[in-house]
Amino acid sequence: MEGFLARILLRLWVILILLFLFIPLVLIFVYAFNTSNIESWPIPGLTFKWFLPTWNDPDIRRSLGLSLQVALGATALALVLGSLAAFAIHRMTWFGKEVVSLMFVLPLALPGIVTGIALYSAFSFSNVTLSILTIIVGHTTFCIVVVYNNVLARLRRTQGSLVEAAMDLGANGFQVLRDITLPLISTAVVAGAMLAFALSFDEVIVTTFTAGAQNTLPLWIFGAIRLGQRLPEVNVVVSFVILVTIVPVLIAARLTGGGGTARVPAAR
Amino acid sequence: MTAGEQPKKPALRLQGVKKSYGPVVAAAGIDLVVEEGEFFTLLGPSGSGKTTLLRLIAGFERPDAGTIELGGRDVTALPPYMRQTNTVFQDYALFPHMSVGQNIGYGLRIRHVPGPERRKRIDRALAMVRLTELENRRPNQLSGGQRQRVALARAVINEPQVLLLDEPLGALDLKLRQEMQIELKQIQKEVGITFVYVTHDQEEALTMSDRLAVMTNGQIEQIGSPVDVYERPASEFVAGFIGISNVLLRDGVRFVVRPEKIRMLAEGEPAPSGTTVEAGQVEEVIYVGMSTRYVVRLDRGEQLVAVRQNMDAIGDAQKFEGRPVRLAWTPDNTFVLDKREVGSP
Repeated sequence: MEGFLARILLRLWVILILLFLFIPLVLIFVYAFNTSNIESWPIPGLTFKWFLPTWNDPDIRRSLGLSLQVALGATALALVLGSLAAFAIHRMTWFGKEVVSLMFVLPLALPGIVTGIALYSAFSFSNVTLSILTIIVGHTTFCIVVVYNNVLARLRRTQGSLVEAAMDLGANGFQVLRDITLPLISTAVVAGAMLAFALSFDEVIVTTFTAGAQNTLPLWIFGAIRLGQRLPEVNVVVSFVILVTIVPVLIAARLTGGGGTARVPAAR
Repeated sequence: MTAGEQPKKPALRLQGVKKSYGPVVAAAGIDLVVEEGEFFTLLGPSGSGKTTLLRLIAGFERPDAGTIELGGRDVTALPPYMRQTNTVFQDYALFPHMSVGQNIGYGLRIRHVPGPERRKRIDRALAMVRLTELENRRPNQLSGGQRQRVALARAVINEPQVLLLDEPLGALDLKLRQEMQIELKQIQKEVGITFVYVTHDQEEALTMSDRLAVMTNGQIEQIGSPVDVYERPASEFVAGFIGISNVLLRDGVRFVVRPEKIRMLAEGEPAPSGTTVEAGQVEEVIYVGMSTRYVVRLDRGEQLVAVRQNMDAIGDAQKFEGRPVRLAWTPDNTFVLDKREVGSP
């Protein structure tokens, strides 16, 4: 009987934690449909009236566009640099490899404000005008990490003898990469890209220091909340950001959690 | 090693092959010739350098010195993908993202063998290892024995000059291993490819090989047929590694008597003419199913192991424990290791 009771309590506890984590998120969603522009509970009624003005707002549109460009740019850069770094660290056995590995991962562990200030000083020191490019560079510093970590973890989990087996069967370096290595790490690469995109899309702190006059979507939200006006639109935008970041994260979790490997075109 | 005029080139020839990893010598100047169509085994304990030798032949490692020839062609400097060798890996190394059929056909695909020809050979290879129905399965959907056969088919299908097998049966359980030993041998006869087989299992080596090389410390101790190596071991190491060896020193001569060649005389039984007889005491009786092993302490000090088939009266074996016995063997059945210039004690 005690086991039964313990199980019930454990479940209750889990439910409480989940509520604690998700009630704030649910609230935002609910407020996005609030008929009143004052956030009070219970809400007087449900409406779609905030969606159209939000969608048509030129500021919001411009911010969304910038955020998407930055996220795509940072993800693309992170993909190339992160994968290459993972390959290098995996293959090589140089002295100090662990130190280099740590240096790659550090930007994710560093507080955003440190990265932000450091980048800001570096940019002003070298007379680089803040623009979309500086934001992309800023985001790439921590986006590299997730791609790097994902790819390296997969490489380490892959049997070393597979590469030898392919070479043994007549595949040269390029063919081994094309037929064996890339298919085996493909899901990890995609998962890394998804996470990088999600990280970049809702980043605030580093962006604050590396953006010039432009606003990314999170920066716009930040500004709008500070001014205290247009809260209903903020809720709509935030709901959208939640969706845009959660979906890639879920896909990434599926891709890496399955432990599986992507299908490749038939060998015949 | 030059055997006069040979009509065809050997499948594999190693000359003075050396390889060290730091202070560890994995191959200390190996000379070796494997003939076309031979089932050749490298036998040795772990760390004896047998796997390194295989990797040198496959091209995964470069020798520090010496040359490796395949069919008379020097391949020492060639990478693995330019050598006519294929390997069956200990962990099989099947590509997890490819089906059984794709795994088996990979070598042909890489070498641009045309589709219909490839299809035919894949079908033949699948039939050879009895996996035709499993062609579309993934490696993770197969049992250990099935994976092993895929690995074999994937290598054999390319008709390599030499097929290299790195303890291919090591991961299988005893029953399956014995079945696969027979199957492997049959396949080897069928396809007629030269096999170089690495194992630490002396029984496996004796049953399967045409010839074998016993290795230790990066050196070959002896090369010969299973009968040669078992009956006429070249050194104490070989004698001890292959089977149970009883090494005795009598009149300055060190020699080996195999346990099954020793006859235990019953009480009062006269020694057959021409045999050497020594007395001792049975210390231990070990029942091993088909036979029983008797560990005997000789009166002159050494320990000998004698084996007797369990043909008659089971149960009487235990009665021997602690009893004095006489052991008899004919000098023909001993093998001299070396003579020492020491007088008899």
